[in-house]
Amino acid sequence: MNETLIYTIAILVGLGLIAAVVLYFVAQKFKVYEDPRIDETEAMLPGANCGGCGFAGCRAMAEALVKQDDISALYCPVGGAATMKAVAEYLGKAVAEKEPMVAVVRCGGTSCNRARINTFDGARSCAVEASLYGGETGCTFGCLGNGDCTRVCNFDAIHMNPETGLPEVDEEKCTACGACVKACPKQIIELRKKGPKGRRVWVNCVNRDKGAITRKACTVGCIGCGKCVKTCPFEAITLENNVAYIDPAKCRLCRKCVAVCPTGAIVEVGFPARKPETAAATAQAQTQVSAQQETTIAQQQQEGGEQHA
Amino acid sequence: MLKTFRLGGVHPHDYKISRDAAIRMFDIPATVTIPLGQHIGAPATAAVKKGDRVLVGDVIGTATGFVSANIHSSVSGTVTSVDAVPDGANLRKPAVTIAVEGDEWNPAIDRSETLVRECTLEPKEIIAKIAAAGIVGLGGATFPTQVKLSVPPGKKAEMLIINGVECEPYLTADYRLMMERGEELLVGCEILMRALGVEKCYIGIENNKPEAIGHLRQLIAADTAFASRIEVVPLKMRYPQGGEKQLIAAIAKREVPSGALPIDVGAVVQNVGTTFAVYQAVQKNRPIVDRVVTVTGKKLANPSNLLVRIGTPISSLIEACGGMPEDTGKVINGGPMMGRAMANIDAPVTKGTSGVLLMDERSSLRASEMPCISCAKCVDACPMGLEPYLISKLSRLRLYDRLERERTADCIECGCCSFTCPSHLPLLDYIRLGKAETMKLIRARQAK
Repeated sequence: MNETLIYTIAILVGLGLIAAVVLYFVAQKFKVYEDPRIDETEAMLPGANCGGCGFAGCRAMAEALVKQDDISALYCPVGGAATMKAVAEYLGKAVAEKEPMVAVVRCGGTSCNRARINTFDGARSCAVEASLYGGETGCTFGCLGNGDCTRVCNFDAIHMNPETGLPEVDEEKCTACGACVKACPKQIIELRKKGPKGRRVWVNCVNRDKGAITRKACTVGCIGCGKCVKTCPFEAITLENNVAYIDPAKCRLCRKCVAVCPTGAIVEVGFPARKPETAAATAQAQTQVSAQQETTIAQQQQEGGEQHA
Repeated sequence: MLKTFRLGGVHPHDYKISRDAAIRMFDIPATVTIPLGQHIGAPATAAVKKGDRVLVGDVIGTATGFVSANIHSSVSGTVTSVDAVPDGANLRKPAVTIAVEGDEWNPAIDRSETLVRECTLEPKEIIAKIAAAGIVGLGGATFPTQVKLSVPPGKKAEMLIINGVECEPYLTADYRLMMERGEELLVGCEILMRALGVEKCYIGIENNKPEAIGHLRQLIAADTAFASRIEVVPLKMRYPQGGEKQLIAAIAKREVPSGALPIDVGAVVQNVGTTFAVYQAVQKNRPIVDRVVTVTGKKLANPSNLLVRIGTPISSLIEACGGMPEDTGKVINGGPMMGRAMANIDAPVTKGTSGVLLMDERSSLRASEMPCISCAKCVDACPMGLEPYLISKLSRLRLYDRLERERTADCIECGCCSFTCPSHLPLLDYIRLGKAETMKLIRARQAK
């Protein structure tokens, strides 16, 4: 009885020892040296694995940061300047200062600005709807409202507003990783500079149709009239394919274009309220626009006959 | 036992309510809008400008490259614009708009009704004539016919298969053509056989059209030249038998391998409508200026088969058949299985418009989506042997790089999976999306 026990223990211990020796030599033979700084760098990154930097995840980004001599082209949009600075200090390399960015939805086609002419009956996905047809409204460039952008956001920063039918970006949470930009089949979302004190001016439309067609489809579309291009003192606005674009690098936020836009397609955010007389003028303009909207909607209702597509 | 294909398929009710309505000439409208992209491949390049006078059959768009087709004027009149015009999906596509003046035809076109039997042209000349006439697959796929007939070197066509299956429910355009233009159709078969250098032609017709089977058999038996070379093959009714690969499987018992073309197994498939158009192009110099369109629907007053000039607004066809029923939920361009709901019914009839189907609101709307119960009905129904539930899911999760391995590019978009799904999942919607992404990946790799 005792003998059996002793033999068993001895054989198992012996086997263990042999395996340990073999494994020791194997480990020596196939040893892979990994820079310990990669682990350290990875710990500094946010760990969101969102892919906003262009790499498959934070580990891949950390490897690139450690291995590349010049890391000025690399940037973690989630961690932002603070993270990049910490990483650069740790690695003893220089990083480029990047201004904080934010996702901007360039469509103002709310349900009251843009009348529905049919109802989409397919799978609730913008990508599917865009592959099938022009969408539920007369505007074939605008937001389809199925929320593909909200589903890809890792940071809970973009949500559909059920009243307007458009996505809204939560500036505090948005890290400008660009996932929504890639998900939008209509290329409506753009990453723009957050701007000083969160002040931004942009053209809230991507409709490339001619003015008359755009006007018919949506009350706040860019009709490509070019007034803003002429008004801009800094040559920041370009007009291409019947739609204006404000270059954020050149724009000085003077807001002259906002005042001259006949359809209200240029929007501003983050500014304090305008001076009284301008405010009154804007208010008047707004009432005009809403009155117009009401009439168009009434007309459309009279024409009636919604069609399912 | 009747022949059919081996794998998958479904059996929808056929609802051929317009089957006894003889083909009726539809009045020429006041203006026509002729899109320059009516086929698969590159859109044609406009050959006319505003203010030009055109006759019926004049070329108004020339083919851009090999996979493309000529576009001809379907009316005589003055070109009023060459501009982007909304199509059925409400997307703006280049088109030529012509204001109609009279009905003057290009003098080269033979408009008489006499049957021209003899064809002594060389295969190359036949194919050139077909290309000049802008003929594309009129079953709905609109693939340029001359490309299909140009057999690549090293391959040999052994048989011609004529697709008279019309497996889409409701549609009867091909059926009427077989009943009313049988002689011309058979001459068209002879011409295609000559162009391909084959000795055998099979006409596949499903057994829900016994009159067409009988009629064509009678015509073939009456003529010794036809009798030895052309054979009508009755097929068991099953959707999607009209798919090229399914029809080859049903008639020739040959399977087209994944990624290969029918010519790789020695078969060339042409639709009945296309064959008739080939007859007109080769024997009468007549390009595609009109086509038979089935206008149908359970609640429509007069379901009809109309011979319509290309470019006629679809809304006017509906008016002519008794107007749109009040509870219409969808107007579908094509059949109920593969057709697309239209967002703009003023869109013009194109070469690919085989039918216009009006569905009432209740039967047109999709049932609400439920979770997948892993029943694998879609796998059983798929005629290409794919796994629709998996492809759909991968596509939904945007895992496009895994789709190629699942043979997504083989999908023929027949819709059997969505049709059979007890949970009403929009399987095909996502598969179509995934297929488009897969094709993009494949093209990007080939371009490298």
